[in-house]
Amino acid sequence: MDALEVRDLKKVYRNDVVALRGVNLRVEEGDFFALLGPNGAGKSTLIGIVSSLVNATSGEAKVFGISVQKDRSRAMAEIGLVPQEVNFNQFEKPFDIVVNQAGYYGVPRRVARERAERYLKKLSLWDKAFGPSRQLSGGMKRRLMIARAMVHQPNLLILDEPTAGVDIEIRRSMWRFISEINEAGTTVILTTHYLEEAENLCRNVAIIDHGDIIENTSVKTLLGKLQVETFVLDLREPIDTLPEVDGIEIVRRDASTLEASIPKSRSLNRLFRVLEEQGVEVISMRNKANRLEELFMRLVGIDEEAA
Amino acid sequence: MTTEVSAHSYWIGYKTILIKEVTRILRIWPQTLIPPVITMSLYFVIFGSIIGRRVGEMGGIDYMEFIVPGLIMLSVITNSYGNITSSFFGAKFGKHIEELLISPLPPWIILAGYVSGALFRALGVGVLVWLVAGFFSGFFMHNALVTVSILILTAVVFAFGGFINAVYAQKFDDIAIIPTFVLQPMTYLGGVFFSVGLLPGLWEQVAMGNPILYMVNALRYGMLGISDVPLGLAYVMVVGFAFLLGTLSLWLLKRGVGLRA
Ligand SMILES: Nc1ncnc2c1ncn2[C@@H]1O[C@H](COP(=O)(O)OP(=O)(O)OP(=O)(O)O)[C@@H](O)[C@H]1O
Ligand SMILES: [Mg+2]
Repeated sequence: MDALEVRDLKKVYRNDVVALRGVNLRVEEGDFFALLGPNGAGKSTLIGIVSSLVNATSGEAKVFGISVQKDRSRAMAEIGLVPQEVNFNQFEKPFDIVVNQAGYYGVPRRVARERAERYLKKLSLWDKAFGPSRQLSGGMKRRLMIARAMVHQPNLLILDEPTAGVDIEIRRSMWRFISEINEAGTTVILTTHYLEEAENLCRNVAIIDHGDIIENTSVKTLLGKLQVETFVLDLREPIDTLPEVDGIEIVRRDASTLEASIPKSRSLNRLFRVLEEQGVEVISMRNKANRLEELFMRLVGIDEEAA
Repeated sequence: MTTEVSAHSYWIGYKTILIKEVTRILRIWPQTLIPPVITMSLYFVIFGSIIGRRVGEMGGIDYMEFIVPGLIMLSVITNSYGNITSSFFGAKFGKHIEELLISPLPPWIILAGYVSGALFRALGVGVLVWLVAGFFSGFFMHNALVTVSILILTAVVFAFGGFINAVYAQKFDDIAIIPTFVLQPMTYLGGVFFSVGLLPGLWEQVAMGNPILYMVNALRYGMLGISDVPLGLAYVMVVGFAFLLGTLSLWLLKRGVGLRA
Protein backbone atom coordinates (compact mmCIF):
# COMPACT_ATOMS: atom_id res chain seq x y z
CA MET A 1 0.00 0.00 0.00
CA ASP A 2 1.12 3.56 -0.63
CA ALA A 3 1.79 5.68 2.43
CA LEU A 4 0.90 8.69 0.33
CA GLU A 5 -0.91 8.96 -2.94
CA VAL A 6 -1.55 12.34 -4.45
CA ARG A 7 -3.68 12.63 -7.54
CA ASP A 8 -3.93 15.65 -9.81
CA LEU A 9 -3.59 18.06 -6.92
CA LYS A 10 -4.13 21.71 -7.76
CA LYS A 11 -3.91 24.70 -5.49
CA VAL A 12 -4.75 28.27 -6.33
CA TYR A 13 -4.45 30.56 -3.31
CA ARG A 14 -6.96 33.34 -2.71
CA ASN A 15 -4.49 35.87 -4.08
CA ASP A 16 -4.55 33.90 -7.37
CA VAL A 17 -1.08 32.44 -6.87
CA VAL A 18 -1.02 29.03 -8.53
CA ALA A 19 1.05 26.95 -6.11
CA LEU A 20 0.35 23.46 -7.48
CA ARG A 21 -0.60 22.68 -11.08
CA GLY A 22 -1.81 19.10 -10.98
CA VAL A 23 0.68 17.16 -8.89
CA ASN A 24 0.77 13.37 -8.98
CA LEU A 25 2.92 11.54 -6.49
CA ARG A 26 3.18 8.19 -4.78
CA VAL A 27 5.27 7.31 -1.77
CA GLU A 28 5.47 3.67 -0.83
CA GLU A 29 5.01 2.44 2.69
CA GLY A 30 8.36 2.33 4.47
CA ASP A 31 10.05 4.66 2.02
CA PHE A 32 12.39 7.48 2.92
CA PHE A 33 11.34 10.13 0.46
CA ALA A 34 12.78 13.54 -0.38
CA LEU A 35 10.80 16.38 -1.86
CA LEU A 36 13.30 18.75 -3.39
CA GLY A 37 12.66 22.15 -4.85
CA PRO A 38 13.68 25.79 -4.82
CA ASN A 39 11.96 28.50 -2.77
CA GLY A 40 8.32 28.91 -3.67
CA ALA A 41 8.18 25.65 -5.63
CA GLY A 42 5.11 24.43 -3.75
CA LYS A 43 6.63 21.99 -1.24
CA SER A 44 4.96 23.44 1.84
CA THR A 45 1.70 23.81 -0.04
CA LEU A 46 1.74 20.12 -0.92
CA ILE A 47 2.51 19.18 2.67
CA GLY A 48 -0.15 21.61 3.86
CA ILE A 49 -2.79 19.85 1.78
CA VAL A 50 -1.70 16.40 2.95
CA SER A 51 -1.88 17.54 6.59
CA SER A 52 -5.21 19.35 6.01
CA LEU A 53 -3.85 22.80 6.83
CA VAL A 54 -4.45 23.91 3.27
CA ASN A 55 -7.60 23.17 1.28
CA ALA A 56 -6.93 21.72 -2.16
CA THR A 57 -8.54 23.52 -5.07
CA SER A 58 -9.00 20.16 -6.80
CA GLY A 59 -7.58 16.67 -6.75
CA GLU A 60 -7.13 14.25 -3.90
CA ALA A 61 -4.56 13.15 -1.35
CA LYS A 62 -4.71 9.75 0.33
CA VAL A 63 -2.71 8.63 3.33
CA PHE A 64 -2.50 4.86 3.62
CA GLY A 65 -5.52 4.71 1.35
CA ILE A 66 -7.57 7.13 3.48
CA SER A 67 -8.72 10.28 1.73
CA VAL A 68 -7.65 13.48 3.46
CA GLN A 69 -10.57 15.30 1.86
CA LYS A 70 -13.27 12.71 2.62
CA ASP A 71 -12.12 11.13 5.89
CA ARG A 72 -9.96 13.80 7.47
CA SER A 73 -9.90 12.53 11.04
CA ARG A 74 -8.78 9.01 10.19
CA ALA A 75 -6.20 10.25 7.69
CA MET A 76 -4.74 12.71 10.21
CA ALA A 77 -4.28 9.97 12.81
CA GLU A 78 -1.65 8.46 10.51
CA ILE A 79 0.47 11.60 10.13
CA GLY A 80 3.08 13.33 12.25
CA LEU A 81 4.09 16.76 10.97
CA VAL A 82 7.18 18.86 11.58
CA PRO A 83 6.31 22.19 9.97
CA GLN A 84 8.74 24.58 8.32
CA GLU A 85 8.12 27.33 10.85
CA VAL A 86 7.95 27.16 14.62
CA ASN A 87 4.29 26.76 15.56
CA PHE A 88 4.15 25.79 19.20
CA ASN A 89 3.00 28.07 21.98
CA GLN A 90 6.23 29.67 23.15
CA PHE A 91 4.74 30.33 26.57
CA GLU A 92 4.29 26.64 27.26
CA LYS A 93 6.91 24.22 28.50
CA PRO A 94 8.35 21.71 26.03
CA PHE A 95 7.08 18.82 28.13
CA ASP A 96 3.52 20.17 28.12
CA ILE A 97 3.66 20.87 24.39
CA VAL A 98 4.53 17.26 23.65
CA VAL A 99 2.09 15.78 26.19
CA ASN A 100 -0.79 17.92 24.93
CA GLN A 101 -0.15 17.01 21.32
CA ALA A 102 -0.41 13.34 22.30
CA GLY A 103 -3.75 14.12 23.94
CA TYR A 104 -5.14 15.51 20.69
CA TYR A 105 -4.51 12.09 19.17
CA GLY A 106 -6.26 10.30 21.98
CA VAL A 107 -3.15 9.07 23.80
CA PRO A 108 -3.99 8.74 27.50
CA ARG A 109 -2.15 11.24 29.68
CA ARG A 110 -0.08 8.70 31.58
CA VAL A 111 1.21 7.12 28.36
CA ALA A 112 1.71 10.58 26.85
CA ARG A 113 3.99 11.59 29.72
CA GLU A 114 6.12 8.48 29.37
CA ARG A 115 6.49 9.01 25.64
CA ALA A 116 7.18 12.73 26.00
CA GLU A 117 10.01 11.89 28.36
CA ARG A 118 11.36 9.22 26.01
CA TYR A 119 11.35 11.42 22.90
CA LEU A 120 12.62 14.54 24.64
CA LYS A 121 15.50 12.49 26.03
CA LYS A 122 16.22 10.99 22.63
CA LEU A 123 16.38 14.44 21.11
CA SER A 124 18.62 15.73 23.93
CA LEU A 125 16.00 18.14 25.22
CA TRP A 126 15.20 16.60 28.57
CA ASP A 127 17.19 19.17 30.56
CA LYS A 128 15.08 21.88 28.89
CA ALA A 129 11.76 20.10 29.20
CA PHE A 130 10.39 22.20 32.04
CA GLY A 131 11.75 25.62 31.15
CA PRO A 132 10.05 28.17 28.90
CA SER A 133 10.13 26.97 25.31
CA ARG A 134 10.73 30.45 23.91
CA GLN A 135 14.23 30.27 25.40
CA LEU A 136 15.20 27.28 23.26
CA SER A 137 17.67 27.84 20.44
CA GLY A 138 16.51 27.47 16.84
CA GLY A 139 17.91 23.95 16.56
CA MET A 140 16.30 22.93 19.83
CA LYS A 141 12.94 24.26 18.67
CA ARG A 142 13.18 22.08 15.57
CA ARG A 143 14.00 19.04 17.68
CA LEU A 144 11.09 19.82 19.97
CA MET A 145 8.81 19.82 16.94
CA ILE A 146 10.18 16.40 15.94
CA ALA A 147 9.43 15.04 19.42
CA ARG A 148 5.95 16.54 19.19
CA ALA A 149 5.36 14.94 15.79
CA MET A 150 6.44 11.50 17.00
CA VAL A 151 4.55 11.35 20.28
CA HIS A 152 1.46 9.66 18.83
CA GLN A 153 3.69 7.28 16.87
CA PRO A 154 2.46 8.12 13.37
CA ASN A 155 2.92 5.79 10.42
CA LEU A 156 3.92 8.68 8.19
CA LEU A 157 6.31 11.35 9.40
CA ILE A 158 6.48 14.49 7.27
CA LEU A 159 9.26 17.00 7.88
CA ASP A 160 9.28 20.36 6.11
CA GLU A 161 12.92 21.47 6.00
CA PRO A 162 13.81 19.96 9.36
CA THR A 163 17.45 20.95 9.22
CA ALA A 164 17.20 24.50 7.93
CA GLY A 165 19.42 26.71 10.05
CA VAL A 166 20.78 23.82 12.09
CA ASP A 167 24.51 23.32 12.57
CA ILE A 168 26.19 20.32 11.03
CA GLU A 169 26.62 18.38 14.24
CA ILE A 170 22.97 18.67 15.24
CA ARG A 171 21.99 18.05 11.65
CA ARG A 172 23.89 14.75 11.68
CA SER A 173 22.25 13.70 14.94
CA MET A 174 18.85 14.62 13.54
CA TRP A 175 19.59 12.55 10.45
CA ARG A 176 20.50 9.63 12.68
CA PHE A 177 17.32 9.99 14.68
CA ILE A 178 15.10 10.25 11.60
CA SER A 179 16.86 7.27 10.02
CA GLU A 180 16.16 5.21 13.12
CA ILE A 181 12.51 6.16 12.91
CA ASN A 182 12.45 5.07 9.29
CA GLU A 183 14.22 1.81 10.05
CA ALA A 184 11.62 1.09 12.71
CA GLY A 185 9.00 1.13 9.95
CA THR A 186 7.73 4.70 9.77
CA THR A 187 7.49 6.16 6.29
CA VAL A 188 9.37 9.45 6.15
CA ILE A 189 8.91 12.33 3.73
CA LEU A 190 11.13 15.38 4.03
CA THR A 191 11.59 18.53 2.04
CA THR A 192 14.98 20.07 1.72
CA HIS A 193 17.10 22.43 -0.30
CA TYR A 194 20.16 20.28 0.26
CA LEU A 195 20.82 17.56 -2.26
CA GLU A 196 23.38 16.28 0.20
CA GLU A 197 20.62 15.63 2.70
CA ALA A 198 18.55 13.68 0.22
CA GLU A 199 21.66 11.83 -0.86
CA ASN A 200 22.57 10.84 2.68
CA LEU A 201 19.13 9.83 3.84
CA CYS A 202 16.61 9.15 1.17
CA ARG A 203 15.84 6.32 -1.22
CA ASN A 204 13.45 8.11 -3.53
CA VAL A 205 13.05 11.69 -4.56
CA ALA A 206 10.73 14.04 -6.37
CA ILE A 207 11.71 17.43 -7.63
CA ILE A 208 9.07 20.08 -7.67
CA ASP A 209 9.39 23.38 -9.47
CA HIS A 210 6.77 26.05 -10.08
CA GLY A 211 4.06 23.73 -8.81
CA ASP A 212 4.96 20.82 -11.09
CA ILE A 213 6.76 17.58 -10.35
CA ILE A 214 9.56 17.62 -12.87
CA GLU A 215 11.35 14.49 -11.70
CA ASN A 216 10.35 11.50 -9.62
CA THR A 217 12.87 8.74 -9.29
CA SER A 218 15.35 7.06 -7.00
CA VAL A 219 18.12 9.15 -5.50
CA LYS A 220 20.68 6.95 -7.22
CA THR A 221 19.20 7.49 -10.65
CA LEU A 222 18.96 11.19 -10.02
CA LEU A 223 22.58 11.52 -9.05
CA GLY A 224 23.50 9.52 -12.11
CA LYS A 225 21.89 12.23 -14.17
CA LEU A 226 24.41 14.72 -12.97
CA GLN A 227 26.59 14.84 -16.02
CA VAL A 228 29.01 17.34 -14.70
CA GLU A 229 30.71 16.97 -11.38
CA THR A 230 32.48 19.79 -9.64
CA PHE A 231 35.57 19.21 -7.54
CA VAL A 232 37.34 21.57 -5.23
CA LEU A 233 41.14 21.31 -5.37
CA ASP A 234 43.37 22.67 -2.62
CA LEU A 235 46.83 23.54 -3.87
CA ARG A 236 50.11 23.48 -1.97
CA GLU A 237 51.19 26.83 -3.40
CA PRO A 238 49.25 29.77 -4.77
CA ILE A 239 49.32 30.02 -8.57
CA ASP A 240 49.17 33.02 -10.88
CA THR A 241 47.89 31.56 -14.12
CA LEU A 242 44.96 29.21 -14.46
CA PRO A 243 45.87 25.88 -15.98
CA GLU A 244 43.95 25.10 -19.15
CA VAL A 245 42.60 21.64 -19.81
CA ASP A 246 40.52 20.77 -22.81
CA GLY A 247 36.82 20.23 -21.99
CA ILE A 248 37.24 20.97 -18.28
CA GLU A 249 36.10 24.24 -16.82
CA ILE A 250 38.51 25.50 -14.21
CA VAL A 251 37.85 28.56 -12.08
CA ARG A 252 39.88 30.02 -9.26
CA ARG A 253 38.19 30.38 -5.88
CA ASP A 254 41.23 31.99 -4.33
CA ALA A 255 44.94 31.93 -5.00
CA SER A 256 45.38 28.34 -3.82
CA THR A 257 41.93 26.84 -4.42
CA LEU A 258 40.51 25.76 -7.75
CA GLU A 259 37.15 24.48 -8.81
CA ALA A 260 37.11 22.07 -11.71
CA SER A 261 33.87 21.06 -13.42
CA ILE A 262 34.35 17.81 -15.26
CA PRO A 263 31.85 16.06 -17.51
CA LYS A 264 31.30 12.46 -16.43
CA SER A 265 32.50 11.27 -19.85
CA ARG A 266 35.95 12.73 -19.29
CA SER A 267 38.67 11.13 -17.29
CA LEU A 268 40.19 12.79 -14.28
CA ASN A 269 43.64 11.58 -15.30
CA ARG A 270 43.88 14.21 -17.98
CA LEU A 271 43.31 16.94 -15.43
CA PHE A 272 46.04 15.65 -13.18
CA ARG A 273 48.47 15.12 -16.05
CA VAL A 274 48.15 18.76 -17.10
CA LEU A 275 48.45 19.99 -13.52
CA GLU A 276 51.52 17.81 -13.04
CA GLU A 277 53.13 19.20 -16.21
CA GLN A 278 52.57 22.73 -15.00
CA GLY A 279 54.07 21.96 -11.63
CA VAL A 280 50.83 22.47 -9.71
CA GLU A 281 50.65 20.27 -6.64
CA VAL A 282 47.22 19.23 -5.37
CA ILE A 283 47.15 18.43 -1.68
CA SER A 284 43.49 17.56 -1.35
CA MET A 285 40.38 17.21 -3.42
CA ARG A 286 36.69 17.02 -2.53
CA ASN A 287 33.32 16.90 -4.13
CA LYS A 288 31.60 20.23 -4.13
CA ALA A 289 28.73 19.61 -1.73
CA ASN A 290 25.86 21.57 -3.12
CA ARG A 291 25.17 20.41 -6.63
CA LEU A 292 21.50 21.08 -6.39
CA GLU A 293 21.53 24.36 -8.28
CA GLU A 294 23.18 22.66 -11.17
CA LEU A 295 20.65 19.91 -11.09
CA PHE A 296 17.81 22.38 -11.10
CA MET A 297 19.31 24.32 -13.93
CA ARG A 298 19.51 21.16 -15.94
CA LEU A 299 16.06 19.84 -15.11
CA VAL A 300 14.28 23.14 -15.34
CA GLY A 301 16.18 23.84 -18.54
CA ILE A 302 15.02 20.57 -20.08
CA ASP A 303 11.53 21.29 -18.92
CA GLU A 304 11.47 24.64 -20.64
CA GLU A 305 12.78 23.15 -23.84
CA ALA A 306 10.05 20.56 -23.83
CA ALA A 307 7.36 23.17 -23.25
CA MET B 1 0.74 1.46 15.62
CA THR B 2 -2.31 3.21 14.33
CA THR B 3 -3.96 5.67 16.65
CA GLU B 4 -7.56 4.70 16.91
CA VAL B 5 -10.05 7.44 16.24
CA SER B 6 -12.81 6.63 18.67
CA ALA B 7 -15.18 8.33 21.05
CA HIS B 8 -12.70 7.65 23.81
CA SER B 9 -9.83 9.35 21.98
CA TYR B 10 -12.08 12.35 21.30
CA TRP B 11 -12.84 12.50 25.01
CA ILE B 12 -9.11 12.53 25.77
CA GLY B 13 -8.66 15.25 23.16
CA TYR B 14 -11.42 17.35 24.70
CA LYS B 15 -9.94 17.00 28.18
CA THR B 16 -6.53 17.97 26.85
CA ILE B 17 -7.83 21.21 25.35
CA LEU B 18 -9.69 21.99 28.56
CA ILE B 19 -6.64 21.29 30.73
CA LYS B 20 -4.57 23.53 28.46
CA GLU B 21 -7.14 26.33 28.67
CA VAL B 22 -7.45 26.09 32.45
CA THR B 23 -3.67 26.04 32.80
CA ARG B 24 -3.48 29.18 30.70
CA ILE B 25 -6.11 30.97 32.77
CA LEU B 26 -4.38 30.07 36.02
CA ARG B 27 -0.91 30.85 34.65
CA ILE B 28 -1.92 34.41 33.79
CA TRP B 29 -4.26 34.86 36.79
CA PRO B 30 -3.21 38.48 37.37
CA GLN B 31 -4.71 39.22 33.95
CA THR B 32 -7.66 36.86 34.06
CA LEU B 33 -8.98 36.63 37.60
CA ILE B 34 -7.87 39.72 39.49
CA PRO B 35 -8.97 42.66 37.28
CA PRO B 36 -12.69 41.78 37.33
CA VAL B 37 -12.59 41.46 41.12
CA ILE B 38 -11.00 44.91 41.46
CA THR B 39 -13.36 46.56 38.96
CA MET B 40 -16.42 45.02 40.56
CA SER B 41 -15.29 46.01 44.05
CA LEU B 42 -15.05 49.59 42.78
CA TYR B 43 -18.55 49.37 41.34
CA PHE B 44 -19.86 48.13 44.67
CA VAL B 45 -18.10 50.86 46.61
CA ILE B 46 -19.04 53.72 44.30
CA PHE B 47 -22.47 52.78 42.97
CA GLY B 48 -23.56 50.52 45.77
CA SER B 49 -22.38 52.24 48.92
CA ILE B 50 -21.93 55.88 47.98
CA ILE B 51 -24.53 56.54 45.30
CA GLY B 52 -26.78 53.67 46.32
CA ARG B 53 -27.37 55.21 49.73
CA ARG B 54 -29.00 58.20 48.01
CA VAL B 55 -30.95 56.12 45.52
CA GLY B 56 -32.43 54.01 48.24
CA GLU B 57 -34.57 51.35 46.54
CA MET B 58 -35.05 50.21 42.99
CA GLY B 59 -37.82 47.81 42.00
CA GLY B 60 -38.68 47.55 45.67
CA ILE B 61 -35.20 46.31 46.54
CA ASP B 62 -32.22 47.89 48.23
CA TYR B 63 -30.13 49.43 45.42
CA MET B 64 -26.95 47.71 46.53
CA GLU B 65 -28.64 44.34 46.14
CA PHE B 66 -30.35 45.37 42.93
CA ILE B 67 -27.07 45.87 41.07
CA VAL B 68 -25.41 42.61 42.21
CA PRO B 69 -26.92 40.30 39.52
CA GLY B 70 -26.16 42.83 36.78
CA LEU B 71 -22.54 43.16 37.84
CA ILE B 72 -22.10 39.40 38.04
CA MET B 73 -23.64 39.14 34.56
CA LEU B 74 -21.35 41.89 33.28
CA SER B 75 -18.25 40.01 34.47
CA VAL B 76 -19.48 36.67 33.18
CA ILE B 77 -20.17 38.15 29.74
CA THR B 78 -16.88 40.02 29.39
CA ASN B 79 -14.80 37.15 30.73
CA SER B 80 -16.42 34.48 28.63
CA TYR B 81 -16.06 36.58 25.50
CA GLY B 82 -12.60 37.86 26.41
CA ASN B 83 -11.20 34.45 27.27
CA ILE B 84 -12.09 32.79 24.02
CA THR B 85 -11.10 35.76 21.85
CA SER B 86 -7.67 36.12 23.43
CA SER B 87 -6.98 32.41 23.67
CA PHE B 88 -8.23 31.40 20.24
CA PHE B 89 -6.94 34.46 18.44
CA GLY B 90 -3.64 34.05 20.30
CA ALA B 91 -3.44 30.46 19.07
CA LYS B 92 -4.15 31.64 15.55
CA PHE B 93 -1.66 34.47 15.77
CA GLY B 94 1.05 32.26 17.31
CA LYS B 95 0.19 29.51 14.81
CA HIS B 96 -0.20 26.87 17.50
CA ILE B 97 -3.81 26.43 16.47
CA GLU B 98 -2.17 24.27 13.78
CA GLU B 99 -1.49 21.67 16.47
CA LEU B 100 -5.25 21.15 16.67
CA LEU B 101 -5.98 21.63 12.99
CA ILE B 102 -3.69 18.77 11.94
CA SER B 103 -4.99 16.48 14.69
CA PRO B 104 -7.81 13.98 14.14
CA LEU B 105 -10.08 16.01 16.43
CA PRO B 106 -13.30 17.08 14.70
CA PRO B 107 -14.39 20.75 14.82
CA TRP B 108 -17.08 20.22 17.44
CA ILE B 109 -14.56 18.83 19.95
CA ILE B 110 -12.20 21.76 19.39
CA LEU B 111 -15.08 24.18 19.81
CA ALA B 112 -16.36 22.36 22.91
CA GLY B 113 -12.86 22.51 24.44
CA TYR B 114 -12.49 26.25 23.92
CA VAL B 115 -16.05 27.01 25.05
CA SER B 116 -15.50 24.95 28.21
CA GLY B 117 -12.35 26.94 28.91
CA ALA B 118 -14.31 30.18 28.54
CA LEU B 119 -16.98 28.78 30.88
CA PHE B 120 -14.37 27.91 33.46
CA ARG B 121 -13.10 31.47 33.52
CA ALA B 122 -16.51 33.15 33.28
CA LEU B 123 -18.01 31.11 36.10
CA GLY B 124 -14.82 31.34 38.16
CA VAL B 125 -14.91 35.11 37.91
CA GLY B 126 -18.66 35.03 38.51
CA VAL B 127 -18.11 33.22 41.81
CA LEU B 128 -15.34 35.63 42.83
CA VAL B 129 -17.55 38.64 42.10
CA TRP B 130 -20.40 36.98 43.97
CA LEU B 131 -18.11 36.59 47.00
CA VAL B 132 -17.11 40.25 46.76
CA ALA B 133 -20.79 41.22 46.47
CA GLY B 134 -21.58 39.10 49.52
CA PHE B 135 -19.08 41.11 51.46
CA PHE B 136 -20.93 44.35 50.62
CA SER B 137 -24.54 43.27 50.60
CA GLY B 138 -24.78 39.80 52.11
CA PHE B 139 -25.62 36.60 50.22
CA PHE B 140 -29.06 35.97 48.79
CA MET B 141 -30.54 33.41 46.44
CA HIS B 142 -34.12 33.14 45.25
CA ASN B 143 -33.82 30.23 42.82
CA ALA B 144 -30.44 28.51 42.44
CA LEU B 145 -31.47 26.53 39.38
CA VAL B 146 -32.42 29.66 37.42
CA THR B 147 -29.30 31.45 38.64
CA VAL B 148 -26.88 28.72 37.61
CA SER B 149 -28.57 27.78 34.34
CA ILE B 150 -28.90 31.36 33.10
CA LEU B 151 -25.24 32.05 33.95
CA ILE B 152 -24.05 28.97 32.09
CA LEU B 153 -26.26 29.65 29.06
CA THR B 154 -25.19 33.28 28.88
CA ALA B 155 -21.52 32.33 29.17
CA VAL B 156 -22.00 29.83 26.34
CA VAL B 157 -23.68 32.44 24.10
CA PHE B 158 -20.81 34.89 24.57
CA ALA B 159 -18.16 32.21 24.21
CA PHE B 160 -19.59 31.41 20.77
CA GLY B 161 -19.75 35.13 20.00
CA GLY B 162 -16.13 35.58 21.02
CA PHE B 163 -15.12 32.57 18.98
CA ILE B 164 -16.69 34.03 15.84
CA ASN B 165 -14.93 37.33 16.55
CA ALA B 166 -11.59 35.49 16.91
CA VAL B 167 -12.11 33.59 13.67
CA TYR B 168 -12.50 36.81 11.71
CA ALA B 169 -9.87 38.81 13.63
CA GLN B 170 -6.67 39.59 11.77
CA LYS B 171 -4.93 41.64 14.45
CA PHE B 172 -5.24 42.18 18.18
CA ASP B 173 -7.27 45.37 17.66
CA ASP B 174 -9.98 43.31 16.03
CA ILE B 175 -10.73 41.46 19.25
CA ALA B 176 -10.94 44.66 21.31
CA ILE B 177 -13.50 46.49 19.16
CA ILE B 178 -16.63 44.47 19.91
CA PRO B 179 -16.19 44.30 23.70
CA THR B 180 -15.60 48.05 23.87
CA PHE B 181 -18.10 49.34 21.34
CA VAL B 182 -20.83 46.73 21.45
CA LEU B 183 -20.80 44.52 24.53
CA GLN B 184 -20.06 47.07 27.19
CA PRO B 185 -22.67 49.64 26.04
CA MET B 186 -25.25 46.88 25.56
CA THR B 187 -24.61 45.56 29.04
CA TYR B 188 -24.80 48.99 30.67
CA LEU B 189 -28.03 49.66 28.77
CA GLY B 190 -29.21 46.16 29.64
CA GLY B 191 -30.50 47.21 33.03
CA VAL B 192 -27.46 46.48 35.17
CA PHE B 193 -27.95 49.70 37.15
CA PHE B 194 -31.63 50.47 36.62
CA SER B 195 -35.04 48.95 36.17
CA VAL B 196 -36.12 49.24 32.56
CA GLY B 197 -39.54 50.56 33.69
CA LEU B 198 -37.82 53.81 34.65
CA LEU B 199 -37.06 54.61 31.03
CA PRO B 200 -39.42 56.95 29.16
CA GLY B 201 -41.81 55.21 26.68
CA LEU B 202 -39.83 54.95 23.45
CA TRP B 203 -36.55 54.19 25.20
CA GLU B 204 -38.16 51.38 27.08
CA GLN B 205 -39.14 49.84 23.73
CA VAL B 206 -35.57 50.23 22.48
CA ALA B 207 -34.13 48.71 25.64
CA MET B 208 -36.46 45.72 25.30
CA GLY B 209 -34.73 44.90 22.00
CA ASN B 210 -31.46 44.32 23.82
CA PRO B 211 -30.90 40.61 24.47
CA ILE B 212 -28.57 41.31 27.39
CA LEU B 213 -31.49 42.92 29.22
CA TYR B 214 -33.20 39.53 29.29
CA MET B 215 -30.12 37.79 30.65
CA VAL B 216 -29.58 40.37 33.39
CA ASN B 217 -33.24 40.23 34.40
CA ALA B 218 -33.36 36.45 34.39
CA LEU B 219 -30.37 36.40 36.75
CA ARG B 220 -32.00 39.08 38.86
CA TYR B 221 -35.01 36.81 39.12
CA GLY B 222 -32.79 33.90 40.11
CA MET B 223 -31.04 35.86 42.82
CA LEU B 224 -33.71 38.33 44.01
CA GLY B 225 -37.01 37.05 42.64
CA ILE B 226 -37.77 40.17 40.56
CA SER B 227 -37.61 40.71 36.82
CA ASP B 228 -38.70 43.28 34.23
CA VAL B 229 -39.27 40.59 31.62
CA PRO B 230 -41.01 37.21 31.49
CA LEU B 231 -38.56 34.48 32.52
CA GLY B 232 -39.66 32.13 29.75
CA LEU B 233 -38.86 34.70 27.09
CA ALA B 234 -35.38 35.14 28.57
CA TYR B 235 -34.71 31.40 28.26
CA VAL B 236 -36.05 31.27 24.71
CA MET B 237 -33.71 34.10 23.89
CA VAL B 238 -30.49 32.67 25.39
CA VAL B 239 -31.14 29.18 24.06
CA GLY B 240 -31.96 30.64 20.65
CA PHE B 241 -28.79 32.73 20.56
CA ALA B 242 -26.69 29.83 21.80
CA PHE B 243 -28.05 27.65 19.04
CA LEU B 244 -27.61 30.30 16.34
CA LEU B 245 -24.09 31.38 17.27
CA GLY B 246 -23.04 27.80 18.03
CA THR B 247 -24.13 26.64 14.59
CA LEU B 248 -22.31 29.52 12.96
CA SER B 249 -19.14 28.84 14.99
CA LEU B 250 -19.16 25.20 14.03
CA TRP B 251 -19.71 25.99 10.39
CA LEU B 252 -16.81 28.47 10.38
CA LEU B 253 -14.52 25.95 12.03
CA LYS B 254 -15.55 23.19 9.62
CA ARG B 255 -14.96 25.43 6.64
CA GLY B 256 -11.67 26.52 8.17
CA VAL B 257 -12.51 30.19 7.63
CA GLY B 258 -9.48 32.26 8.61
CA LEU B 259 -7.67 29.07 9.62
CA ARG B 260 -6.98 26.83 6.65
CA ALA B 261 -5.50 28.52 3.56
N1 LIG C 1 -1.11 31.29 2.37
C1 LIG C 1 -0.71 31.65 1.15
N2 LIG C 1 -1.40 32.57 0.45
C2 LIG C 1 -1.02 32.92 -0.77
N3 LIG C 1 0.04 32.44 -1.43
C3 LIG C 1 0.78 31.52 -0.80
C4 LIG C 1 0.45 31.08 0.53
N4 LIG C 1 1.37 30.17 0.90
C5 LIG C 1 2.22 30.04 -0.13
N5 LIG C 1 1.90 30.85 -1.15
C6 LIG C 1 2.56 30.96 -2.46
O1 LIG C 1 2.52 29.68 -3.06
C7 LIG C 1 3.76 29.40 -3.71
C8 LIG C 1 4.33 28.11 -3.15
O2 LIG C 1 4.72 28.33 -1.81
P1 LIG C 1 5.26 27.19 -0.86
O3 LIG C 1 5.34 27.74 0.51
O4 LIG C 1 4.44 25.96 -1.06
O5 LIG C 1 6.73 26.95 -1.44
P2 LIG C 1 7.94 26.06 -0.86
O6 LIG C 1 8.33 25.13 -1.92
O7 LIG C 1 7.56 25.47 0.43
O8 LIG C 1 9.06 27.17 -0.65
P3 LIG C 1 10.22 27.28 0.46
O9 LIG C 1 11.32 26.39 0.03
O10 LIG C 1 10.63 28.70 0.39
O11 LIG C 1 9.63 26.90 1.77
C9 LIG C 1 4.63 30.62 -3.50
O12 LIG C 1 4.52 31.44 -4.62
C10 LIG C 1 4.02 31.30 -2.30
O13 LIG C 1 4.22 32.69 -2.36
MG1 LIG D 1 8.24 25.67 2.32
